[in-house]
Amino acid sequence: MIEAKNVSKWFDGQQVLYDISATFDTGKTNLIIGQSGSGKTVFMKCLIGLLSPEVGEILYDGRKFRNMNAQEKKKLRMEIGMLFQGSALFDNETVLGNVMFPLKMFSPLSHEEQLERAHFCINRVGLVNADAKYPSEISGGMQKRVAIARAIALNPKYLFCDEPNSGLDPRTSILIDELLSDITHEYGMTTIINTHDMNSVLGIGEKIVFINKGHCDWIGNDRTIFRSTSQSLNDFVFASKLFQEVKVFLEREYEAGKEH
Amino acid sequence: MLVSSIKSFGKYCLFMTQVFRSPDKWKVFFQRLVLEISKLGVDSIPLVIIISLFIGAVITIQMTINIVSPLIPSYSTGLATREILLLEFSSSMMSLILAGKVGSNIASEIGTMRVTEQIDALDIMGINSANFIVLPKVIGFVLFVPVLCVLSMFMGLVGGWFIAEFTSMISVENYVFGIQSFFNEWYVWYGIIKTVVFAYIIASVAAYYGYYVKGGALEVGQASTKAVVSSSILILLADVILTKMLLQ
Repeated sequence: MIEAKNVSKWFDGQQVLYDISATFDTGKTNLIIGQSGSGKTVFMKCLIGLLSPEVGEILYDGRKFRNMNAQEKKKLRMEIGMLFQGSALFDNETVLGNVMFPLKMFSPLSHEEQLERAHFCINRVGLVNADAKYPSEISGGMQKRVAIARAIALNPKYLFCDEPNSGLDPRTSILIDELLSDITHEYGMTTIINTHDMNSVLGIGEKIVFINKGHCDWIGNDRTIFRSTSQSLNDFVFASKLFQEVKVFLEREYEAGKEH
Repeated sequence: MLVSSIKSFGKYCLFMTQVFRSPDKWKVFFQRLVLEISKLGVDSIPLVIIISLFIGAVITIQMTINIVSPLIPSYSTGLATREILLLEFSSSMMSLILAGKVGSNIASEIGTMRVTEQIDALDIMGINSANFIVLPKVIGFVLFVPVLCVLSMFMGLVGGWFIAEFTSMISVENYVFGIQSFFNEWYVWYGIIKTVVFAYIIASVAAYYGYYVKGGALEVGQASTKAVVSSSILILLADVILTKMLLQ
């Protein structure tokens, strides 16, 4: 479990995060949603430790990140997997080389065992015959899969994903969402996904934190989001006509369910 | 301007303290070191050979044309060619050329890693990204550059020999006698020492500019240009200081 307690962050005297408190549960896909420029990426970077909040605390299973020494932080980083928006695969490494990389750097396993683990992760994300290919030779969806395989290679306790669906077609986006959800449940990880993709929100949002203009405006899940009274959340989620119709439909379903 | 230069120098020094740390995994470091020696050093050999060959030939032609006094012995052409190559061309001029090739290569590679979040990925894994990426480049280039310097000296002399052999401007005997006369071994060491210092400047300055790129492809190109300009100026400055220190 990861907790953020009263997190505030400033850049050059301008406040971008205002007293955000949220808990991200173990074994669940936790989503941080919000408009572009709302501060969700800054918040996520604070959670990972790439940025340091001026006020507030980040706790990893009760351990205060701020109080950790360099060695403890390094150890914690080995428990973290990260999926970047642009995949961030190493250009000069093959698919296998990318997945092997964290194992080569940190794992006490022998070379054969590392290979076995890498192949297991590659198979787990559904990649076939791609071991020897370079990132530039595979599609965006495949790159995301490789990045997920690399992120889970060391069996992390915490998985962070920054807009995993950006640049992907709807079908591939759903597949990536399902993969992230499956992996989270399978390994009991604390997964935090930064997204503004409504399909993800409705599909895998077991816990949703809505950030608006640097404030945490709402916390709920994919079922309660339709009944939210938060105006800013409704403006964000139901911006498109399609989702407005979906909301009406689901509200009717909900009311019908209550009557029966 | 002065304040920003001092700030940049301070940032560069802090960056270097990150770079010069013990690698996380020595085996991986040595693998990367060999790769960088091949990429930055061995791949520069054709460029060094071509440029040195032609410049050696040009220096020989110019010396032959300009040294026409009957009071100056004819072997002076070879001697002057050798001294120019050993003292200045194969170290300083060659380093300026390599600043363009190797410096822009390092800055653009690291800059691209920065904008595509590859450096962030290393940081999140708990790897010292500055050390992991930059140290093998700096050490690899510094280790291999003496080979390039000596090769440049040799190929420059070969270029002059071509002029003696295939034109009637100077006899081969005079040229060979010239390049053997009054030879001072220290000049070779002087050239190598300078080149090693210049190699460090090229690799570290380019890495610094690449590592701190912010933005996208345009900024990577700008960082690459800045790296070449800054390292060229620093090479010229270091050349003056080293020449005063080593030859006086």
